[in-house]
Amino acid sequence: MNMLLILLLLIPAIGGVLAWLSGARHPDWPRWIAIFALAADLLLTLPLIGRAVMPGQSAWITSIDLPWIPQLGISFELNLDGLSLVLILLTIVLGLVSVVISWSEITERVGLFHANLLWATTGVIGVFLALDLFLFFFFWELMLVPMYFLIALWGHEHRFYAAIKFVIFTQGSSLLMLVAILALVFIHQRATGHLTFDYLALLGTKMSSATAFWLMLGFFIAFAVKLPAVPFHTWLPDAHTEAPTAGSVLLAGVLLKTGAYGLLRFVVPLFPAAAHEFAPVAMTLGVAGILYGALLAFGQNDMKRMIAYSSVSHMGFVLLGVFAWNTLALQGVVVQMLAHGVSTGALFILVGALQERIHTRDMRLMGGLWGAMPRLSGFGMIFAIASLGLPGLGNFIGEFLILLGSFRASVPFTVVASLGLVAGAAYALLLVQRAFHGRTTAQPGSAKPFDLTARHIAVMGGLVLAIIGLGLYPQPVFDQVAPGLAALQHEGTPPGNTPMEGQP
Amino acid sequence: MHELLWLVPTLPLLGSVILMLGAGRLSIRAEAAAGALSVGFAAVIAFTIAGGFLLSPPAGAAYEQTLWRWFDVGGLSVTIGLRLDPLSLVMMLVITGVGFLIHLFATEFMEGEEGYGRFFAYLNLFVAAMLLLVLGDNFLTLYTGWEGVGLCSYLLIGFWWRDPANGLAARKAFIVTRIGDTALLIGLLLIASRLGTLNIAGAMHNAAQSWPAGSPLATLAAFLLLGGAVGKSAQLPLQTWLPDAMAGPTPVSALIHAATMVTAGVYLIARTHALFLLAPAAQYTVGGIGAATLLLAGFSALAQNDIKRILAYSTMSQIGYMFLALGVGAWGAAMFHLLTHAFFKALLFLSAGAVTMRLHHEQDIFKMGGLARRLPVAFWSFLIGSAALAALPLVTAGFYSKEAILSGAWADGSSGRVLWAAGVFGAFITGLYIFRAVFIAFFGEAHTEVSGRYGWRVILPLTVLSVLSVLGGLIELPPAFGHVTLLSNLLAPVLPATKEAASVVPLLVASLAGLLGIGLAAVLYWRPARPPAETPLWRFWHAAAGFDWLYGRLLVRPVLWAAREGADDVIDSVYDAIAWTARTLHEQVRRTQSGRVRFYTAGLAIGSISLIAIAMIR
Amino acid sequence: MTAIPLDQGLGLAAALFALGLAGVLVRRNLLFMLMSLEVMLNAAGVAFVVAGARWAAADGQIMFILVLTFAASEVSVGLALILLMHRRNSTLDADASYHLRG
Repeated sequence: MNMLLILLLLIPAIGGVLAWLSGARHPDWPRWIAIFALAADLLLTLPLIGRAVMPGQSAWITSIDLPWIPQLGISFELNLDGLSLVLILLTIVLGLVSVVISWSEITERVGLFHANLLWATTGVIGVFLALDLFLFFFFWELMLVPMYFLIALWGHEHRFYAAIKFVIFTQGSSLLMLVAILALVFIHQRATGHLTFDYLALLGTKMSSATAFWLMLGFFIAFAVKLPAVPFHTWLPDAHTEAPTAGSVLLAGVLLKTGAYGLLRFVVPLFPAAAHEFAPVAMTLGVAGILYGALLAFGQNDMKRMIAYSSVSHMGFVLLGVFAWNTLALQGVVVQMLAHGVSTGALFILVGALQERIHTRDMRLMGGLWGAMPRLSGFGMIFAIASLGLPGLGNFIGEFLILLGSFRASVPFTVVASLGLVAGAAYALLLVQRAFHGRTTAQPGSAKPFDLTARHIAVMGGLVLAIIGLGLYPQPVFDQVAPGLAALQHEGTPPGNTPMEGQP
Repeated sequence: MHELLWLVPTLPLLGSVILMLGAGRLSIRAEAAAGALSVGFAAVIAFTIAGGFLLSPPAGAAYEQTLWRWFDVGGLSVTIGLRLDPLSLVMMLVITGVGFLIHLFATEFMEGEEGYGRFFAYLNLFVAAMLLLVLGDNFLTLYTGWEGVGLCSYLLIGFWWRDPANGLAARKAFIVTRIGDTALLIGLLLIASRLGTLNIAGAMHNAAQSWPAGSPLATLAAFLLLGGAVGKSAQLPLQTWLPDAMAGPTPVSALIHAATMVTAGVYLIARTHALFLLAPAAQYTVGGIGAATLLLAGFSALAQNDIKRILAYSTMSQIGYMFLALGVGAWGAAMFHLLTHAFFKALLFLSAGAVTMRLHHEQDIFKMGGLARRLPVAFWSFLIGSAALAALPLVTAGFYSKEAILSGAWADGSSGRVLWAAGVFGAFITGLYIFRAVFIAFFGEAHTEVSGRYGWRVILPLTVLSVLSVLGGLIELPPAFGHVTLLSNLLAPVLPATKEAASVVPLLVASLAGLLGIGLAAVLYWRPARPPAETPLWRFWHAAAGFDWLYGRLLVRPVLWAAREGADDVIDSVYDAIAWTARTLHEQVRRTQSGRVRFYTAGLAIGSISLIAIAMIR
Repeated sequence: MTAIPLDQGLGLAAALFALGLAGVLVRRNLLFMLMSLEVMLNAAGVAFVVAGARWAAADGQIMFILVLTFAASEVSVGLALILLMHRRNSTLDADASYHLRG
């Protein structure tokens, strides 16, 4: 029995309990417990890297299937392919980063904070692993609860409003998904007489095209809210803005990716024909998100809000790429997710550090910070530039491949989407100008602000290396996810449509 | 020696990384050394490689070096690779050679500035990116360099970050060029999708195979590449960023906004000339854009008082000449002018910088005056540069390169004649505006005190560039003067031959036009005048025909308005409306919960009676 | 002994019920409201008894005893509450206490 995947979930879950209990003794204990738990997870995951690359193997690197509620056809089925693996790696790494950067920011209820952080991580890892739809839904809901507490307990001024908005949006939409899951299962049961929630069994379920469309829509809305796609994005700026730094990092870096993952894993493969029909609408939403997010990012005064809207813009590329549905676009989507996780996470960390020092996120009160904190400003510059898609940094690879893939699917969408590159430059450089350049304004915190500490510099240095590595040598990522994506593509291409691949 | 090619872009990059990591820990001397020497060593290696290349050209006149595979996805394989052929060789020598001289100048010019190390970190990064641009063997590597130089240009224009105006100029430069870059990127998407490769040589080969001349796809691709080129090279209609870019330190203007980066568009079109030959419409447009820009910029330069802005418009104008050359198929002439322009425009900027560093950064020519005697080094350098720019016949490099362009235009049929006429008129304006600056700034009465002395790090680059501005043209002489063809021989494997005018008449006319301009300048400005009256015409040209105003109205203001008005997210108001409806209903219903027992009882009674009544009636 | 006609008995019950209801609605004194409630309960009792007599079944009387028990327990709880409210508000006005307002 391969216990590896279960351990992957158990370690952070139990770590969370221990962190909570130990918080009463000393505030450093939960921090170390969280670090050890995540590091142990990372060590467990590392040997899996590269396993799927060998030819002749199935796309699944490892899996486990235990009966759970056999009467209802529900099993505890975890499967890991390259796509899940890279996203889990991202989750664990950003989790570690979150712990490190919260060291000085979180001083109250430290135990509970780290418990929630670990549980949220558990939920996300579960989402990336679960292949039983019931189990998937379980983890999908599981990650919301700790996230709610992270925002509501350790957030900023309007944290309750933001936390409740977050929960209502995600809960409301996931109810639609639950209905769609149940309907799918019953349709499958009627067709085959076999009651099961198993994803692999449900693939290729026959149904009328109208039914398929509505069920697909149920899944799509749930994931589009999480992604978030325009017009379901409005919870994101509030949640990002009010969450503590670690919460923003996890939200932007990891939780948004579950939406994209759901689109890739479930929406298109389960309902290939319907998704194909729906693609123009979804791509329109993607393009709208790119431009609308960029425009709104440009207009914000709150730095965190600005970065949040830039996320909307970046995730628009992901939506566009998913529904272009060819190898180039899908590989681009994967890199875009990783790069966005790193670059946006880093930007949130920097805003958090800024807020700790000058006690504001309002860019009208900033300016000329380069003089006082050159290191922080320098890192800010690098990640702003990454976010505008400079070649050589990870985001460019993602955006370029997505555009190249979608160019084959639809030229007009691609042309409009590429305007997002200009818009991206506009808001990213405005961020640099308003915060780091320009006249030095009086800082609300009267003491001279100090530059980044060694702990932050180490984290940021690592993230810089990651984003440069993704930009200059992304091939290992491509190789890792290729078999999994190929399998998805095989399922998700409607019969009669040959995938738009290869060279003319 | 060829194997060391990778070191050429790597050394400046290394210098940049060292300077960034060592920020705040290195001494000024160490920073200057890291900044200048990294480019210096790159130049040494580049010239050694060039020597080897010239003595024993590699097979196919190109040497390729693949560094590593960037990515290989869905049938599209892209490497990070370098390709040295005569075209990139010329560019590489200009970038490292002129680049090193400007770095050397800057080590003295920037002394005492805050952020000395940061300056050289950016400048080195620029050199590395520019080298990547010209050496890249595929479009994506080229694009990486292309965006990299744009970034460095942004960083260096905004180098003095405390002044918000500099930040605005920097962002304007980046965003305006990015509009062009996006067109270029779409062009790359088209090429990658339709031609199946991003390798430049391969794509050009495939294009010639699969696209007939004049085919819509070829035309579209050429126009998209042209979009990138006009953005980077500050040609119509994306020219507005360049004059504002003068907010950066003068060495930056010399290196980035005169000698190298702004000529990247010319390089791109020359590099992809095979595509433009398939798309005559695009090629005509290139020539037309060049002619229009050179005239517009020439007139605008006449209406400027800031010495750096005069030079900026002159750069636009000279790149207009190169575009004109590309448009008439005089590929070699365009590269020739690119080369000589790099010499004399760098010289002009550096000598202008040498002037302003002794005048407390005063840049208004009307506040200078009489500098010829007091700053002889700067004066002679500026004079030589101006003579080369005005194409003073026989003795300057600019004369020969401009002559090659005009001769090519003359030979290119009737449409070429129109462009030729524009070029000749441009030559007249060039002589006029640059000698206007010379006479006003260097003759007449002194208006500003001069302080300080020049060190060798200023004098050496000025001297070398002066010599090159005079003698650099001798590598290529027209048939009338001995017909030397060193450069065209070198470029022959990569660029089609340039047609040349058979008669000497156009040559004489063009020479006369330049001389006439200089003469008119002497007549008008010999007795240095007061600043010009602000007539509407002067204002029109001072604002470069109002493009800024137009774009401000058409694009910038609407976007700013939308961003400001929409900052609260219209879409959220839909959800707010839902929440408001729920809350309002809740308020209404809540009223019934009054807490009064008798009210409840009455409700109970009325309800029961109504129910019974309904039951009885049915 | 002639049986009371059903109509009249039920009429009496209805009248008593209406009187009690009116009392609950009109009176503001809690004590009087409680008394009116008792009247309403008795109205229901009368209805039971009359119906029991009409069909000669014991159920009506059993129900009446149940109603009486209800009334007794209700009065004991009610009076205790009224006592507490009086101690708290020093008034027996029903409208004076609306702390359960939404």
